[in-house]
Amino acid sequence: MPKAGLILAALGLMGLSLNATAQSVGHITLASTTSTENSGLFDAIIPAFTEATGIEVRVVAVGTGQAFEIARRGDADALLVHDTRGEEQFVADGWASERADVMVNDFVVVGPDDDPAGIREAADVTEAFARIAEAQASFASRGDDSGTHRAELRLWESAGVEPDGAWYRELGSGMGPTLNTAAAMDAYVMADRATWVAFDNRQNLALLFEGDEALFNQYGSLLLDPGRHPHLKHDLAERWHRWLLSEEGQRAIAGFEVKGQQLFFPNASR
Amino acid sequence: MPTADNAFATALRLVLNLDPALREIVALSLQISLSAVALAALVALPLGAALALWRFPGRGAVIVVLNALMGLPPVVAGLTVYLLLSRAGPLGQFGLLFTPSAMVVAQVLLILPIIAALTRQQVEELHAEYREQLQSLGLSRLRRIPTLLWDARFGLMTVILAGFGRASAEVGAVMIVGGNIDGVTRVMTTAIVLETSKGNLPLALGLGLVLLALVTLINGAAYVVGETARRRLG
Repeated sequence: MPKAGLILAALGLMGLSLNATAQSVGHITLASTTSTENSGLFDAIIPAFTEATGIEVRVVAVGTGQAFEIARRGDADALLVHDTRGEEQFVADGWASERADVMVNDFVVVGPDDDPAGIREAADVTEAFARIAEAQASFASRGDDSGTHRAELRLWESAGVEPDGAWYRELGSGMGPTLNTAAAMDAYVMADRATWVAFDNRQNLALLFEGDEALFNQYGSLLLDPGRHPHLKHDLAERWHRWLLSEEGQRAIAGFEVKGQQLFFPNASR
Repeated sequence: MPTADNAFATALRLVLNLDPALREIVALSLQISLSAVALAALVALPLGAALALWRFPGRGAVIVVLNALMGLPPVVAGLTVYLLLSRAGPLGQFGLLFTPSAMVVAQVLLILPIIAALTRQQVEELHAEYREQLQSLGLSRLRRIPTLLWDARFGLMTVILAGFGRASAEVGAVMIVGGNIDGVTRVMTTAIVLETSKGNLPLALGLGLVLLALVTLINGAAYVVGETARRRLG
């Protein structure tokens, strides 16, 4: 098939010229979550890492479920996600050799300012969720197997509610699109604080419930197992992993603010 | 609430300030979509012409499939290319996933059927008109392809512009295979999606207006070139 060969060669050439502009000394591909990317955390901390090591970090921001899948297929060198149970499973399944706590932020429950379900008065988040279900008030769920979606499902479970019915809308979207939709239909929604604080299109939405320990959102960094995908840049990825846990990395995370508010709290155990 | 007003203002400010990040994104968008159009046209124009000239069993089926592929959902094209280029896929060893090259491949897959199908139709009509003349010249079918393509060039220009429009407006495929990496694979459309998800609707719409202006500019240039050539040739 000489024609196919020609096309491939042409593509290769074009690819070379295109990629040449973006090449640096060395780069890793980091699969991470939309919450970290959309809040601007990476723009704040990656330059410090790149300056210290010369390693460029290319972020592909997706849901946690998709991030795991990208890593499983060998398409990312490093992984920073927020689903501790899923992460431990990932290690147990042999895809990663190490998992470490990096930082926490928390989830908040936002909804229409007039709060038809009355969750402002709820004692804890389980009660808040139960009240929303009881009032059959519109609730917008991520529905995308992301870390936030998984955390939300666990909260419904502990509230003893099977979320079902016309009031419960599974959107299958990222955090930002879900907030946009919730704003448009005056629905309750559980969001990570980082995306909420940085979000501009709030319309009638307000922060209604926060502070319960069950809303704790732990981020973890994973060191992928070199045995699975030998071609990955494991040495560079390990430097990124170690840097995140180092004093310098942890300080960079603590220093990141949006609208004067610290959004991520470093908690690596050293 | 974003209004059309502040979106226009945002678009204008972006353009007038020559925002360096915007310039980079615009340049990459053009580079990728123009490469995709060039590659797709290189294959699709002769392919479409050949399909117009040759009669073979199953030709009808090929035409139907080609026409149907004009409606290929970008996400499906993206997912296909993703699975091919992923490290776990058959072309994984080239490491093309999350690079601009992967985005070019996905866009070629999307626009090749459009250009090929529309070329087939245009050339077939032209050939019906010129058949006797070409036969009297004793030209083989293979030799007729360049002649017919050249004679159909004004119509084919529109065909290629349709391909370019689809390539530059598409977001589902390049999002999946490019990953929307800042400074590496972020193009106009994926930047618009990102700003929308941040709730920054005026900026998102502003970027959309810039994209629209850019596509209009390219179409305008093509129109002027086409008209000038047509007039000169009488």
